[in-house]
Order: sequence, then C-alpha cells, then structure tokens
Amino acid sequence: MSNSIISLVNVSKSYKRDSFNVPVLNHLSFDVESGEFLALMGPSGSGKTTLLNLIAGIDRPSSGKIEINGVDIATLSESSLAKWRANNVGFVFQFYNLLPVLTAFENVELPLLLTKLSKADRKQRVEFALSVVGLADRMSHYPKQLSGGQEQRVAIARAIVTDPTIIVADEPTGDLDKNSAVEILTLLERLNKEMKKTIIMVTHDPNAAKIAGITKHLDKGDLV
Amino acid sequence: MKIPFSYTLRNFKQRKLTTAITITGITLVVFVFIAVLMMAYGVQKTLQATGSADNVLVSRKAATGEISSIIDGETVDVIKSLPYIAKNAEGKQLISPEPVVIINLNTISGGLSNISVRGVSDKAFELRPRLKIIEGRQINFGTRELIVGESIPKKFKDAALGKKLKIAGDFWTVVGIFSAGGSGFDSEVWGDALQLLNAFNRSTSVSTLTFKMTTGEDFPKIKAEFEKDRRLLQFVPKIEQKYFEEQSEMMATFIRVLGTAVTVIFSLGAVIGAMITMYASVANRTVEIGTLRALGFRRRSILAAFLTESLAIAIIGWAIGMLLSLLLVSYKISTLNFGSFAELEFSFSLSGSIVISSLIFAVIMGFVGGFLPSVRAARLNIVTALRAV
Ligand SMILES: Nc1ncnc2c1ncn2[C@@H]1O[C@H](COP(=O)(O)OP(=O)(O)OP(=O)(O)O)[C@@H](O)[C@H]1O
Ligand SMILES: [Mg+2]
Repeated sequence: MSNSIISLVNVSKSYKRDSFNVPVLNHLSFDVESGEFLALMGPSGSGKTTLLNLIAGIDRPSSGKIEINGVDIATLSESSLAKWRANNVGFVFQFYNLLPVLTAFENVELPLLLTKLSKADRKQRVEFALSVVGLADRMSHYPKQLSGGQEQRVAIARAIVTDPTIIVADEPTGDLDKNSAVEILTLLERLNKEMKKTIIMVTHDPNAAKIAGITKHLDKGDLV
Repeated sequence: MKIPFSYTLRNFKQRKLTTAITITGITLVVFVFIAVLMMAYGVQKTLQATGSADNVLVSRKAATGEISSIIDGETVDVIKSLPYIAKNAEGKQLISPEPVVIINLNTISGGLSNISVRGVSDKAFELRPRLKIIEGRQINFGTRELIVGESIPKKFKDAALGKKLKIAGDFWTVVGIFSAGGSGFDSEVWGDALQLLNAFNRSTSVSTLTFKMTTGEDFPKIKAEFEKDRRLLQFVPKIEQKYFEEQSEMMATFIRVLGTAVTVIFSLGAVIGAMITMYASVANRTVEIGTLRALGFRRRSILAAFLTESLAIAIIGWAIGMLLSLLLVSYKISTLNFGSFAELEFSFSLSGSIVISSLIFAVIMGFVGGFLPSVRAARLNIVTALRAV
C-alpha cells in the first residue's frame, strides 16, 4: 500500500459555454503522498485553478474519481461535501479573501464556528494559529490595518486552524512583493515540514516551486 | 452553524449611507402606517367613550346617524311609558329625547365647518355623569342658552364663553364649557331640547332618545318590546355605547382602508429600496460569499445571513418609526366625522395591536425586500463567486 492521501483517477473536467463543451482537464491520473508539498505550474488557462478546486471539493469533475483519505468526494452530497471541506481542507487564496468587517481573530475563528468547539477552545486554537504565523499581536486588527503579507498570514492561520489534512493555495504569493512572498513561502514550508501538512500550491513563480518537493506542469489540461 | 450576527451589523457600518437611506424609507412607511392606525383607533376610542353601557339610545331604524333619525312626539310618549326606565332620587325618569342639528360656524383657521348641536333635557346630565362643567355654568332650561364641549372653542372663535351664536335666526348665549372626558360630546354644542325644537319649528319630533335602564339585564326585554309593539316597529333601541361604537366603525374603517392603501403603495417604494440595497450588498460581497461557502458554510447559512440583514434593516426602521409615532400619542386633531357630518375632535391613540401589526408589516417589508437577493446569494456557485475578484 502506498502512502497516498490524494488519488486522482482519469479525472476530466469540461465547462459548458453556450452549447459547447469546453474541455479544461483531460483524463488526469496521479497520486499525492501524505506530507507532500506539490507545486502546480503551467501557463494561464491551463487548468491549474480548476484542478485545485476539484481536489479542494468546491467543484466537481465531469468524469473520473477523486479519492482523498479514502473518501470519493465526487459522490458526496452538497452538504456532506461542505462538511468535508470544513474538516479536511485549508484554503489560501491569491487575494487572501479575508472578510473586511471581521478582525484577524474573527477571520481565523470563522471555520471553527462550523465545529462543536466551545468558545474557550476556539480562542485557544485561534491564538495558537495566529502565533504560528507570527501575528499573535495583531489579533484585533482589521484586514485594512494589515499589510498584504500580514493579511496572507492571517489567511494561512485561518487555513490551519481546523487542523485540516490538506492545504490548497492558489498563487498565494501572486499579489505580494518579493520579501512578503519569501515570508509566505517559508511559512508554507514550515507547515509542511514541522506540522506535516500536505500542501498543493498553484504558482507561476519558479522560485516558489523550488520549495515544493514535487512540481507538476499542466498545459491545456494535460500533465506534461 | 450560523454566520455571526456581528458580521451582519458590521456590514451596515461599511455601507452607512445606503443602509441609512434604506432604514429611513422603512421608517417613513412604518410611521405613516402607525399614524393611520392610531387615528382610526383614536376615532374609535373617542366615540366608544361617548356612550354608556347603562343607557339605551333609540333611533329610527332606517337612519344611518342621529341627524337622519326622527322620532315623533307620540312615539316618545310610548317609550316613556315603558317600565324599564330608571328613575332618580326624586322619582323622575332619566330620559332625554334629543333633537340633533348641524350648524355652520367660522373656524379660527378661516372657512366654515359643521358642528353638532344637541338639544337635551335636564336629565341629560344625570344620564351622562362623566360630563362636567369646567368653565361658566349650566344652562337655564327654558332659555336660549348654550354650553359647548371643550374642543369647540379651540376651533371656533364664535363659540367662546360669553359669545352669542346665531342658530335658526336667533342669538344664543354660550354660558358654559363642559368636558366629556375626551368623548364625542366634547365636539358638540348643547342647549335646551324644547328651545331648539321650537327654534327649528320641529314641534315635538326629536332625533334620538336616550334613557337609563333600571338594570342592564332588561335590554333583551326592551329589544323584544320594540319588535312586538307595532307603534315601535320603525325604531330600534341600542346600548348607547354600542351605538356610538357603530357610528365610529365607518369612519375608522375609512381611515384604515385609505391609510393602509396609501402605506402599501409607499411600502412598495421602501421594499424596492431594500431590494436594491440587498442586491448591491450581495454583489459587493460575492467573493466573501464564495469564501464562506468554500470554508464549509452551507447555502442556508448564507440565505439566513442575508435575510437577517434585511430583516434587521426593517426592524431598525420599525423601531425608529415606532419611536417617532410616540410623539403623536395624545396629539389631538379634529376632522369631519362621516357618521354625524360634524367636526369631531379625537387624539391619536396607540394600542398593543398597532405595535404588533406595524412590526409584522415591517418584517414583511424586510422579508419581501430581502428574499430574492438572499436567494441569489445562496445560489451562487462557489467557483464562479471566487472568480469574481
Ligand atoms: N466557470 C467556468 N466556466 C467556463 N469556463 C471556465 C470556467 N472556469 C474556468 N474556465 C476555463 O477553464 C480554463 C482553465 O481555467 P483555470 O482558471 O483553471 O486556469 P488557470 O490555469 O488557473 O489559469 P490562471 O493561471 O490564469 O489562473 C480557462 O480557459 C477558463 O476560461
Ligand atoms: Mg488560476
């Protein structure tokens, strides 16, 4: 038995545009080992985000099977899938996607509102996650009051606060200056090495891909 | 699990102006709605207070109001012979056959308006013990003197204490002002019934007749008597309170129907305003919605969060409208009463049911305005929403 946590078998995805079927991903099959740091690269429009969305369970494949930790997520109902995401996936977006009206603390706490944790437990977890990203002193700041790099670190804290199996990051450094980008990459590397998180990261930046253990290239929906 | 309410409230702060405008729209509609209901209720309360539960008012069956009712002298005598009429300490029947006429007077604000003039017997005051002379004195029966309800001098300068009013070609002196505890009598002018009949050449035909029952339990018997006695067939006895309550019904219903129709039209504006605000709010937060959904929040949590937002707008608007309408409580206005065709003064009155129905009305506005935008928010596709950066 291999140690794979993610297993894609013959996964295809196409979008309907008007009456046309636009193929985006073509019969992809690959595995990701537990604790792996995978970088997805490829030109614009090659299907990286689409692939990431399928693995993260916010989109469904047109055909094929996606098994994560033994669960065939394509067969889950919409609400079970939502629950599955809350328990298993941490999201990091290019534009951070923090809720502007919530403080750093509240943003990080958000995914925990879906759990049965008590308020005290949530507080402890949020404080821990924020200390991991080095922002324990910014808990009551609003996103507006933080730099881009800091916002992304809050977003990473939000991604790890539920202790998910996998973390998906779509161009997490795409909107950051060089120094902040390095900071974020170092942080992701630490999550991978120290906290043994499986990470899948879409990036255009070859330097970013360097910290990943494995890099896969997509082109027009095919792995190359 | 729900999206926290603080998220909703803080979004208001983010969009202070649009939220404030939307709330103002709802506030205005709620205010008008409450004001109308308070008016209708005020009319009802005033006229209900006019009658007493121990008195019976007899009028002609076909008459819609006191003005159009006629009871001839013979019938008055038949009624006087009934055994159910209470007597005072001196053994006199507590009965008052009353002619009611309408006269025109100059109002203080310019123009003419109708007032009711009621001719009464000297027993009228024993029949209505709540009535009190608050200025001047009681009329001397047998003379052309008048007393006026306390609302009258406020609106008609010619009806002040000591002035002379021209009625049926003769001058009548106002010798007193009475208070009838905020009831319809406060908007009337009273004089000696016999003098009034004489002045109007009505011989003995009065408009209505009011008497006090020996006991309230007799009323069914009185009713039966009127149905049985051929001389009384054209007349109908009613508990006085009930009579005036029915008189208020038409007016109150008119105010309510017209007012509600107007507010419903206004409310369309407020609902559309709320809907536009909510659609804008959904559009502005498309990415946030996508993010929340990705994190695992369900469609119904999104629906609930946006519906809560629009309901909160409606309830805040209602609360402000309610507070504003408290300023109207006890504010008195005077208007033509369709029951009597004469001016009637009444005050805006609030009741628990007005509070509740206005709240329900506001909640409906919030729900209708917020429903479609909330459904749109809940229906958003996660991937599409996240791409809306
Ligand atoms: N909801 C959709 N409906 C129709 N077509 C879509 C949809 N989402 C993506 N596509 C198409 O699928 C293709 C792949 O898109 P995707 O976003 O996965 O590319 P990407 O590799 O992430 O590109 P980028 O590097 O620009 O982010 C594109 O041609 C895109 O237009
Ligand atoms: Mg992309």
